[in-house]
Order: sequence, then structure tokens, then C-alpha cells
Amino acid sequence: MAGGYRYFEAVEKHAGLLGVLIAIMVSIGGLAEITPLFMAAHTVQPADGVKPYDALRLAGKDVYVREGCYLCHSQMVRALRAETERYGHFSVAGESVYDRPFQWGSKRTGPDLARVGGKYTDEWQRLHLRDPRSVVPESNMPAYPWLSQAMLDPADIEARMRTLRMLGDPYTDADIAGAQAAVSGHTEMEALIAYLQGLGINNAAKTADTAAAATGGSAP
Amino acid sequence: MPKTETYDDQIVRLFLLAAAVWGIIGMTIGCWIAAELAWPVFNLGIPWLSFSRLRPDHTFGVIFAFGGSALMGTCYYVVQRTGHTRLALGRLARFTFWGWQLACVLAMLTMPLGITQSKEYAEPEWFIDILVAIVWVSFGTVFFATLARRRIRHIYVANWYYGAFIIAVGLLHVVNNIALPVSLWKSYPVYSGVVDAMVQWWYGHNAVAFFLTAGFLGMMYYFVPRQAQQPLWSYRFSIVNFWALISVYMWAGSHHLMYTALPDWVQSVGMAFSLILLMPSWGSAANGLLTFNGSWHRLKTDPAAKFMVLALVFYAASTFEGSMMAIKTVNSLSHYTDWTVAHVHSGSIGWVAMITIGSLYAMAPRALGRPAMHSVRAMELHFWLHTAGLLLYVVAMWTAGVTEGLMWRATNADGSLTYAFIDSLIAIKPWYAVRWLGGVLVLSGMVVMAWNLWHTAAQARARLITPIPVPIPEPEAHQVPAPLPVY
Repeated sequence: MAGGYRYFEAVEKHAGLLGVLIAIMVSIGGLAEITPLFMAAHTVQPADGVKPYDALRLAGKDVYVREGCYLCHSQMVRALRAETERYGHFSVAGESVYDRPFQWGSKRTGPDLARVGGKYTDEWQRLHLRDPRSVVPESNMPAYPWLSQAMLDPADIEARMRTLRMLGDPYTDADIAGAQAAVSGHTEMEALIAYLQGLGINNAAKTADTAAAATGGSAP
Repeated sequence: MPKTETYDDQIVRLFLLAAAVWGIIGMTIGCWIAAELAWPVFNLGIPWLSFSRLRPDHTFGVIFAFGGSALMGTCYYVVQRTGHTRLALGRLARFTFWGWQLACVLAMLTMPLGITQSKEYAEPEWFIDILVAIVWVSFGTVFFATLARRRIRHIYVANWYYGAFIIAVGLLHVVNNIALPVSLWKSYPVYSGVVDAMVQWWYGHNAVAFFLTAGFLGMMYYFVPRQAQQPLWSYRFSIVNFWALISVYMWAGSHHLMYTALPDWVQSVGMAFSLILLMPSWGSAANGLLTFNGSWHRLKTDPAAKFMVLALVFYAASTFEGSMMAIKTVNSLSHYTDWTVAHVHSGSIGWVAMITIGSLYAMAPRALGRPAMHSVRAMELHFWLHTAGLLLYVVAMWTAGVTEGLMWRATNADGSLTYAFIDSLIAIKPWYAVRWLGGVLVLSGMVVMAWNLWHTAAQARARLITPIPVPIPEPEAHQVPAPLPVY
């Protein structure tokens, strides 16, 4: 034992060696799990029909992110019987390729929203966001009345689309040229509702069974 | 003739003060948002006071502002004492204090305004991330420079944990926060979808591993033997646990993404390593608890030791719970429910806060030039407030979580779902009120601690502290102490 300890003693008495060994040990796990995903990321293609968010929905998604909706609502239908029964077809990787950051969430104080699009009317969504308890008396969701007053900033949305294009999202020149016109005059409430109403529809994988699940059976 | 060195405890006192203040701020916000969940009227219709904007302020406030200040302060205290040397690079150490406080203030002010990356536990926007990275590298520089000028050849195990905490958290922070800014207030991460999910939970899980575990184990390995006044139960065991812990933890992050669109093999690897992780976790807990063997009578008179023992018990309990929750079958029930919240808080209020409070009570009198804390009875009161609050909190959230999990999956004989989602919320609402009460008890304990620290610090405020000279180690076989540095 004493012989073996001699080598270990070097670690215990040299801060630099200790630091290097720690750095190696903590890197292995992350490298092993994340590197294959990076390589696989090129094969996780947006499924047929999944396009980057249009200008208004992108603005809405960023409102969703800003307000912190992900803290109470997941967007990930797990591959479990009770989940698919409640929310629809389980989520697939191809559906969230344009989500920066991802919105899978970690807690459901409210229900999952991955396939909420089309489930309620725009008017219901507006009333619910302005005062959740007016339509669901037992709800504990905060009210977001200020979204109705806040106007979108068209130049900012265009800048956001340019940044996303630099990160690899396939926006065309026409998408970006039309961004300002698409959002000008709209409120944050309208953008958020457009985003919510697209969830599970605009980003759904358009294979036969998922398309049916996402739209509740009626073909688009 | 070489001048006698003294320990640099002023920086320790600054971090001690910051930890007490941030602890109260972070937990006050926690109580407020707990009230919002139980009684939504508390959202008040004000954007920056709504639950969804304020929740990151609670998590950042308690983890990084309170926990971070406590970790940096105790780290500076421990590395000096275990190395018999004064802190290196005093001015850079001052920068780490003010830089960290600035980053915390900026983060706590911007997040409620909606300036957020919305990555859990990494919400602050890119310009704050850069400041954090600079402070963190400075912190590492001060720590390793102090290790380099130590006069005890052997590096004590507490410093190993602090070292791993610094290196790993730096790595995690940089990799997870790579983003392209749109403007000062908005950026997009370079990762998207499933890759972003894996990177985020690799970060999120290992922030727990290295910030909330390795760092606080460093605290434990110094202050538990100090308070038990006995040597560590097994030094060799602590080394085995160290290497196992830091290498296994990094694999386990994917257990946050069970049954999702993450590739199945990554989920299974995460589950397997989460189960292995139980061994080094319990190893560290056992090593700490067994150190009290022969000195259990101290628990009758020393509330600081009581905090430490209960911290270790809750460390063992919550790591066991964590490994069990990483089993896919259990996770299918527990995930997305308040069981996760219960688990996190048994770890954070039970393990992290209690080992911190115990260590602060052990360290504060020494750093403040007093023989003991101002009031032992106040420490006792704090212990019982904290313990009662903790138990109320976790029992409420366990019950709520299991209730939700069972109601979400309940089906009728014909296969249809028994409950609407809102039924589960109605069922658990009373538990949200109990959880709020538990939080209030924990917070009031913190206020008692702040009062006690304020009175203990009376001499410090009057600038009457005598600096503690650095001891000159006795020469031992195989351990030749370096001479005092000459100025």
C-alpha cells in the first residue's frame, strides 16, 4: 500500500497537478454525453413542415420567454400513456429545433402547452392572459394585463431574426424584409396568442399520425 | 528577520455580511412567491412582482448570492488556515468580493424586468455572464495562488472540494452561456432544442453537483472536524469519495430529461450513473457523521454542531431521494410535480443552508475576534425554527407532488383520464399554504441569525479586532514546512 500511496502523495502535495486531474475528471462525463448529441444534431432535422417562427410568432415566443412562462408550463409531452391521452402525440426532437432556448420546462404548475395551439379560441386566450380567474376560477396563474398595452418594436424583431439567421435558422431575405411590416401595430398580447395558437401545429412533425394528433384529427 | 503574517479575515467578514444579507433577501422573495402560488392575488398585477418574473430572483438569490457569498467567504477562511498562510493577492480578492456583489445586484435587478435568458439557474443575460466569468477566474486565481504559497505541504481535502467547485463551475458557466447577443438586453443561445436541453441540464445538474454539493462538502470537511474537535473519521475514505463524486456526477444530468425527446441511451446512462452516485454521496455523509463519534455530547450544548449533523442527515436523505427519482419508473411519477420541489428544498434548506449556517456560526466568532457567538439561545431558537420550517416545507411538497403525479396518471376503467388538470391544482392548494408557512419559519430563523451576527460583530464595527497571526507549523517527518515569506 505504501508504494501506491507514493504516487498519490504527488497529487496531494502539488496544487497544479491536482487542478489538472480535477479538470480531466469533470470533463469526461459531459464530453461523453454531449458530443454525440452535437454530432446527432445535424441529423435531427426539422421534420417536414417545421419552419422557423414567423416574425409575429417569434415576437410572441420571446414574450413567453421574457415573462417566464416556462417556469410553470412544460412543452414536452412525454412518451407515457397518461400524457398522450391528456395532451396528444408525444413530442419529438424535430419539433423544437428552432427553440432557442428550448422550452421543455421542468415543472407543471399549469398544464403542458406543447400542443395547446387551436385548443382554445383567440378570445379565450386573451381573456385568460388578462385575468385567468375570469375563465378558470380555481387557477393560480398570474394575470398579464400589461401585454395588451405594450406594442412590439418592429426594428427589434428584425434584428432578432438577423441574429437567429447568423446562428443557422433558415430565414430568407424575404422573411427578414417583411418582418417589420408583419409586426408593426401589433401588441405583445397578439404576438403571444399567435405563438400559443401555433404550438403543436406550426412546429408539428407532419407525419401521418403526428399531424392527426396535433390537429385533433382534422387534416390541415 | 521575517515579519509575522496575519490571516486576512477582513475579506471573510465582508462575505459573511453579504451572505447574511442575501440569505434574507433570497428567502424573503421565496416566501413571497410561495404566497403567490397559494393566493394569486399577491401577484398584484405588477409585471416585476409576478411569480414568473420573480422566481429566478429567488433561485439566483439563494443559490448564487447567498450560497456563493458563503462559499467564497469560507473558502478564503479555510484555505488560509489549512495552509498556514495569508491569502495571496489581497487586492484581487477584494475585486472578487465587489465583482460578485455587483453581478448579484445586476442579476437580481434585471431578471424581474424580463431581461433573462430563461435557462433555469442561468437566467442572467450575457453581459452579466461575462462579469461572472471574470470574477470566477479571479476567484480561482486567488485560491490557487494561496495554495501555491501554503506552508503545509499537504493539501487538506477541504481544498480539493473547493478546487473542484471552482474549476467545474467555471467550465459549466462558460459552456452553458455561449450566446449571440441581439442587443444589450437580449441574446439567443447557440444551442437549440434537444442539444440546448442536454447542455442546460448538464449545467443545471452539475450546478447542483459542484456549487451546492462539492463547495459545501469543502465547508463540511473543514468545519465538521473543527466543531466536533476530532480528526476526520477516515481521510482515505474522503479521498475515494472525492474522485468518485466529481467524476460520476457529470454523467447524471440527463436524469432531468426522462421520457422526453432526448435519445434514450442518454437517459439510461444518466439513470445508471445517478444510482452509482449514491455511493460517494453516502460516503461523504457517513464520513462527516462518524467524525462526531465520541463527541456526540457536544450536540447538547452546541447548536452549530446540531446544524451540521442535521445537514449531513439531510444530505444523505436527499441524495438517496435523488437517486431514486432518477429511476425511470419513479421519475415518470415525480417529474414535473412538486415532488421535485420537495427534493430540491430538502437538499437546499436541509443540506446546503444547514451546513452553511453551522459553518457560519463556527467561523463568525473567530473571524470577528470574539470568543463565541453573542447568544447561544438565539442559535438554539434558529435551529428549531429552521428545522420546523424545513419539515413543514418538505412534507407539504412531498404530499402535493405525489398527489399530482397520481392524479395526472389516474384512468377510469375505460381508459379515459379520471381528472382534469385543474383538479390536481385544487387538491394541492392547501399544501401550498403549508409550504408558505414553512418558508416563513426558515426565513424568521435567518433574521434571528442576522440579529445574533450583528451583536457578535460589535467589536468589528468598532474596529477593535486583533489580527490572528499565522501559526508557524512544527516540522514533522515527511513534511518540511516552508519558511515564512520575506517581505
